[in-house]
Amino acid sequence: MTLDLSLPTAHDDSKAPGKTSKWLAAVPMAFLSFTVGIPLIIIFVYSFLARPSMGVGVIWKLDLTHYVKIFVQDKLDGTRSFDTRYLKVIWNSFFYSGLTTVGTLVLAIPVALWIATRDPRKRILLVFLVTLPFWTSILIRTYAIRQLLDEKGVLGKIATTLGFSDNFQILYTPTSTIIGLVYTFLPFMILPIYASAERFDFRFAEAGFDLGARKMTVLFRIVLPQIAPGIIAGIALVFIPGLGSFLQPDMLGGGKTNMIANVVANNYGQARNWPFGSALSVLLCLITLVATLMISIAARKRKEAKV
Amino acid sequence: MNLLKRGPSTRLVNLRNFPFFSAISYFVLFVLYAPLALVVFYSFNENRTAQIWTHFSTRWYTDVFTNTNVVRALKNSLIVASAATVLSTALAIAAALGLLRMGRRGSTFAMGLLGAPLIIPEIVSAVGTLGFFLFVGIPLGHVGLIVAHTAFCVPFAMLPIRARLVSLDRSSFEAAADLGANEWKIFTWVTLPLLAPGIMAGALLAFAISLDDFITSFFIAGPGSTTLPVYIFGMIRSNVTPAINALSTLLLLVSGLTLILSYTLSREKNQR
Repeated sequence: MTLDLSLPTAHDDSKAPGKTSKWLAAVPMAFLSFTVGIPLIIIFVYSFLARPSMGVGVIWKLDLTHYVKIFVQDKLDGTRSFDTRYLKVIWNSFFYSGLTTVGTLVLAIPVALWIATRDPRKRILLVFLVTLPFWTSILIRTYAIRQLLDEKGVLGKIATTLGFSDNFQILYTPTSTIIGLVYTFLPFMILPIYASAERFDFRFAEAGFDLGARKMTVLFRIVLPQIAPGIIAGIALVFIPGLGSFLQPDMLGGGKTNMIANVVANNYGQARNWPFGSALSVLLCLITLVATLMISIAARKRKEAKV
Repeated sequence: MNLLKRGPSTRLVNLRNFPFFSAISYFVLFVLYAPLALVVFYSFNENRTAQIWTHFSTRWYTDVFTNTNVVRALKNSLIVASAATVLSTALAIAAALGLLRMGRRGSTFAMGLLGAPLIIPEIVSAVGTLGFFLFVGIPLGHVGLIVAHTAFCVPFAMLPIRARLVSLDRSSFEAAADLGANEWKIFTWVTLPLLAPGIMAGALLAFAISLDDFITSFFIAGPGSTTLPVYIFGMIRSNVTPAINALSTLLLLVSGLTLILSYTLSREKNQR
C-alpha cells in the first residue's frame, strides 16, 4: 500500500506487562469492515441492478447495461452509437489529476529542499505553516480560490489596472479548476518530499560541488535521486485522491471540467440514476486501485534497483 | 580534517543558494495563505458585494449568529464532530494497542483495513453509505452521520496515538507489574496517562477532520441534520453574500485552533 502508516512493530509475542491482547484491534476492524466494506459491496451490487421508473434507489432485477452505457449511447430513434461523453469525463480525471501532480511537483521540490536546508528551529515553523492548510476544509479553500479568481475579485482588478485584459475570465475554465487543484493538493506533495529531504545528507551535495559539478547537475544527479522515495510518496498522495476530486471541478470549473466524481454525484442527485452512478463508482475504484498498484510497483522497483 | 569540522551553517552555504529556491518558497507560502487571508479580510467588509471594500463592519457576523439555519447547522456539526471524536478515538486506542501485539502480516492487513478510508475515493464511500443506510432502513440523520464520520476519523485519530505508543519506554509497565499491578490497573494507571498527549492530539485531529468534512455529509445528512460545510456549500451555490466569508472565517478559526493544539500536544512527545 502506498499510504504506509505502519511504524516498526515489536515482535515479541511473550506476555509482557502493559501489552494488551491483539484482539483489541478486532473491534475497530469489525467496525470499519461494516462501515467501509459494506458500502463498497452495496455499490458493486447496485451497479448490476435496474433503475426504478420513478424515484431513487434500485429494483432487484439484473441489469448489465450500465457499464455498456458508459461507452454507448441509446438514441431516441432506437439506434446505438459510440458515446464519448463519459470517456471525456474519464480522460478529464486523468488529465486534471496528472496536471495537478506535475504542478505540485514543480513547486514542492524547491520548497521541500529549501525548508530542509533551513535551521532546525525554523524548519519546525515552516513545516507547521505548510501543514496547517493541509488539515483545513477543502470546501473553504476552494471557495477562497473561487473568490480570488472571480472577475470582480482582486486578481481581476490587478489584471485590469495593469492593462492585461478588460474582461478577466479565469473562473469557470479548466485553468481555474487546475489552479484550485494545485492549491488544495500542494501540502500533500511538499510534506513527503520534505520528509525525504530532511534525511538526506547534504554533504553528498557538497561533495558534488567540490568536485566541480554545476548546481543543476548536483540537483538532478545527486539530490533528486536521493529524495525519490519522497517524490513517489507525494505523487501517490496527490495523483490518487486527485482522480476522485469533486469540489474543485464543481465549484471552479462551471460544469465544463466534470471529473468522474462529479458525474457520480449527479447520478446520485438530480439525475436519480443510482445504478449508473454505482457503475461509475466501481470504475473510479478500479482506476484508483490500478493507480495505487502502479505507484507501489514503481516504488518497489526503485528500492530493489538500489539494493 | 578541517573540512569535516566545519559547522552546519557553512556546510550548507552553497545549497541555500540554489537559484530561485527561496523565491519560489516564499511565493508558495504566500500563495497558501493569501486566499484564506482574503476571505478573512472580506468578512469584515460592510458592502453587500463582497469584493468592493467600503468600510469595516461586523454586520456579517451579526447576520451569521442571528440566522437560525446557521446556528442549527453549527449545532449539528458540533454534535456530530464531538460524538465522532469520542467514538473514533476510543476505536483508535483499541486499534493501536491491538496492533502492537500483532505479527508483521497481521498488522499489515489491519493497517490496510484501518487506513481504507484514506484510499477509497470519498465520493464512493459517501454514495455507498447512502445506499447502505437506505437499504437497511437507517434514517438519514445524526446517528448515520456520526457512524460515517467515526469511520473516516479512525485512521487520523490513530496516527498520533500509535506514534506515542511505539515510543513509550516499556520499563514503566514492567515496574508497575513488579509492584503487583494487574493488567487492568496497568492500563488505567500507566498506559492511559502515558498515552494521554497522543490521545488528545488524535482526538483533536479527528474533531477537525469531522468538522470540515463535506462530501460524506453532503450525501447522508438528512434535512434536519445539515452540517455547517453542507450549509455553506448551499449558500455558495445559491447566492454569494459576504456572510459566507464570515462563516468560513469562523470555521477556519475553529479548525485552526484545534490543529495548533493538536500539534503542540504531539510535539510534547519529542521533547520528553
